[in-house]
Amino acid sequence: MKILMALALSLAPLGAQTLIIQNATIMTVTKGTLKGSVLVKDGKIAEVGEKILVPTGAAVIDATGQYVIPGIIDSHSHIALGGSVNEGSISDPSMVDVRDVIDPEDIGIYRALAGGVTTIHALHGSADSIGGQTITLKMRWGKDAQGLIFEGAPPGLKFALGENPKRAGNPSGRTGMGTAVTARYPATRMGVEDAIRQSFTEAKAYQAEWADYRAKAARGERAIPPRKDLRLEPLVEVLEGKREVHCHGYVAEELLMMLRVADDFGFRVNVFVHGLEAYKIAKEIAERGAGVSTFSDWWAYKMEALDAIPYNAAILQKKGVVVSINSDDAELMRHLNTEAAKIMKYGGVSENDALAMVTINPAKQLQIDKRVGSIEAGKDADLVVYDKDPLSNYAKVQKVLIDGTVYFDRDKEMSGRAAKQAEKQKLIEKERQNQQQQRQRPTGRQG
Amino acid sequence: MKLFGLMLCAALVGGAASNGAFLIRNADVYPVTGPEMKGVSVLIENGKIADIGPKVVAPKGVPVVEAKGLRVYPGMIDSSTALGLSEVESVRETVDTGELGEFMPQLRALASINPASEHFPVVRANGITSVMTFPALGGGGGRGGSGARQFISGEAALIHTDGWTWEEMSIKGNAAVHLVFPSLGRGGRGFGGEMPGIPETPAETGVTGAASQARRTYDEQIATINRFFEDARNYQKAKAAKSLDFRTDLKYEAMLPVLEGKIPLAVSASRATAIHDAVQFAEKQRIKIVILQPRDLAKAAAELKEKNIPVILGKVLALPQNEDDPYDASYTLPAEAYKAGVKFAFGSFDNQFARNLPYQAATAVAFGLPYEEALKAVTINAAQIWGVADQVGSIEKGKWADLLITNGDPLETQTEIQRMYIKGQEVDLSSRHTKLYEKYVKRP
Repeated sequence: MKILMALALSLAPLGAQTLIIQNATIMTVTKGTLKGSVLVKDGKIAEVGEKILVPTGAAVIDATGQYVIPGIIDSHSHIALGGSVNEGSISDPSMVDVRDVIDPEDIGIYRALAGGVTTIHALHGSADSIGGQTITLKMRWGKDAQGLIFEGAPPGLKFALGENPKRAGNPSGRTGMGTAVTARYPATRMGVEDAIRQSFTEAKAYQAEWADYRAKAARGERAIPPRKDLRLEPLVEVLEGKREVHCHGYVAEELLMMLRVADDFGFRVNVFVHGLEAYKIAKEIAERGAGVSTFSDWWAYKMEALDAIPYNAAILQKKGVVVSINSDDAELMRHLNTEAAKIMKYGGVSENDALAMVTINPAKQLQIDKRVGSIEAGKDADLVVYDKDPLSNYAKVQKVLIDGTVYFDRDKEMSGRAAKQAEKQKLIEKERQNQQQQRQRPTGRQG
Repeated sequence: MKLFGLMLCAALVGGAASNGAFLIRNADVYPVTGPEMKGVSVLIENGKIADIGPKVVAPKGVPVVEAKGLRVYPGMIDSSTALGLSEVESVRETVDTGELGEFMPQLRALASINPASEHFPVVRANGITSVMTFPALGGGGGRGGSGARQFISGEAALIHTDGWTWEEMSIKGNAAVHLVFPSLGRGGRGFGGEMPGIPETPAETGVTGAASQARRTYDEQIATINRFFEDARNYQKAKAAKSLDFRTDLKYEAMLPVLEGKIPLAVSASRATAIHDAVQFAEKQRIKIVILQPRDLAKAAAELKEKNIPVILGKVLALPQNEDDPYDASYTLPAEAYKAGVKFAFGSFDNQFARNLPYQAATAVAFGLPYEEALKAVTINAAQIWGVADQVGSIEKGKWADLLITNGDPLETQTEIQRMYIKGQEVDLSSRHTKLYEKYVKRP
């Protein structure tokens, strides 16, 4: 198995090599913006500076007049999951794990790459008050499912508050994700709070049972281990700070409720996902050190989005909350750079702070900021080259590197199109001929 | 948020003029229909553009808006929204699009438009001074309802995004009748109303049985539409002939402006087959049409150009239709339309994201559309397509003073719209969003 894996990796596109991107405007996000070069060695950023000597044998990317930013990180995505987004049968399926449904062939990965996204946080939908276990992925298009996983990123657990979990349980309401769902508790915000408290109460008891067992075993007493509960295990991990809470919520009251539930059970809300009304309780969120991952300007598509404002991110940032701009959408994720520009428009944050909201801030929220999110020596060489200022609507992604390997190259994409089109025509022609032959064959011989 | 108002100094001299006149002084004016004019002044009287030029001065007592270093553009037009008809998309009670009934040309979007909708201030703050409001967002049959097939959803209205009543907002209350053309294809979200899951050609799946069934249904639907038009024609003749047994019929009455060529039939048709058949249908019926949200332009463009049929392009920031389409297929569609010589304007086909219409146009520029064409597609082209180019869509003498004063290119997100005028009246740029911002940013 290990040999096979090594073989697969060696066949991956363009093994990481020493390369240098020259003459670019480099927006490091954490260390200012400069005109100069980025040197990449062994998949890592080796050096960033105005003048860097080109090592012998290094590949040179001339980026005169172009811009380089850290790879974009989308902290809320449902791509690459083969549509397995909501479990939906019970309100708290915390045992389900998106790791089990990673689809490395989802074309969404390539499209995201072409939009400058190098890392995503893939999570469940919001039909369940506890949706399941999340995973952080790199957009290493062409690798297998294992190859997409961001090694060492802390695991998460998705929670959801408000209309979506309660809708799934309300027979008079519209059903969840387009399919009919039988009535299911909870059907109100009160019930959502209760469902979460019930789960953590069970998890606490379960944690205590195990603690008791381990203490007895350590003392050499005879003890029977408790029955393992896969639903409660991840909740215990949350209580022990080993798994991060990513909580979908919209209105201020439910976000505050979740903060207090966390206080009561002694865990931390890592990130509020969406948090469209988070601006109303920025103070309380900042006090608890929770992050907010929000949309730039979505509003009015449902009742709980009526007080959504595009100034949300700017207010939160002003009050000291780490804010990221996410997509939750296979299309929107392709231009998170201009979504960030909207935060400059609505609330007047600086260009650098806006860019941080799609790079270093989501990296902090996903606790991968030691590896990615800015252009600094020692970090992963996840880089995006744009032809123009990436906060302009006129900018186009030219190249995307992950771990120092070029995964998207617009020049190659464009020059390869004719061949791909020809191949498609050939396949269609072949299929047409197959059909003709089948029609000519006597019936009853095909199966 | 900066206080933009302070940057401009309206020198009010002895109160406003009685005809609402004012002068925008020393601006860089982008009329869209002509070259940029640097350092000129625009005189507005009675809500209309009275004069433009370097030597134009304010008559005595007429207030002046200093605009040195700033730009003036015509207000932008979104050629497809449901603004005023739909407030909170998921709450049925706030949504008035998608009536029941197969042929409902008599339904008027205009008279159900809520001028106090929270959407109007939000949308206009980004430079959109007029919109087309369509009576249906999908195939009809009521939102989230039975999914019943709807062919004609009603009359779309071209309105200003400001006004005390829908009457005051109206530019052309009946600008088009909306037909959702049947389709064999997959895809077609939003206005397309197309049926999913049916292959367009047998070769696409090899499932010949399903395809021929779909083809039969499609042909029947087109026959149904043709019958309705023939009945409308007969009604038109009977009315003209003042025949004794003539009775007024509201449906056919509403079809007369289309049959007489006074207004276009706006046809939702996304895929090549549907577009081609819609064009054939229009020829046969001798009516003007505008195609809404075409996707397969590569195949359809030549015919559209030849027949001089304009199109309203949908969201530029959209996913490609098919898995194996180039990743930027939606981004390059406007450039393809331009190269093929097809006349087009942009529509957001949305309420929530209508305010991003200018940025969608900018993306088209990034992917090959000449900048001037993008600007035209949100201004003069839309005005021409909807038959109101004598009133809006450019900065020309005699047109409504629908104007933006900006500090830069209005298609760029970061540009500030500093002032806006609709029919020569300054428009409040605050909205539900700015008000909530101001309230909560002050929370101790």
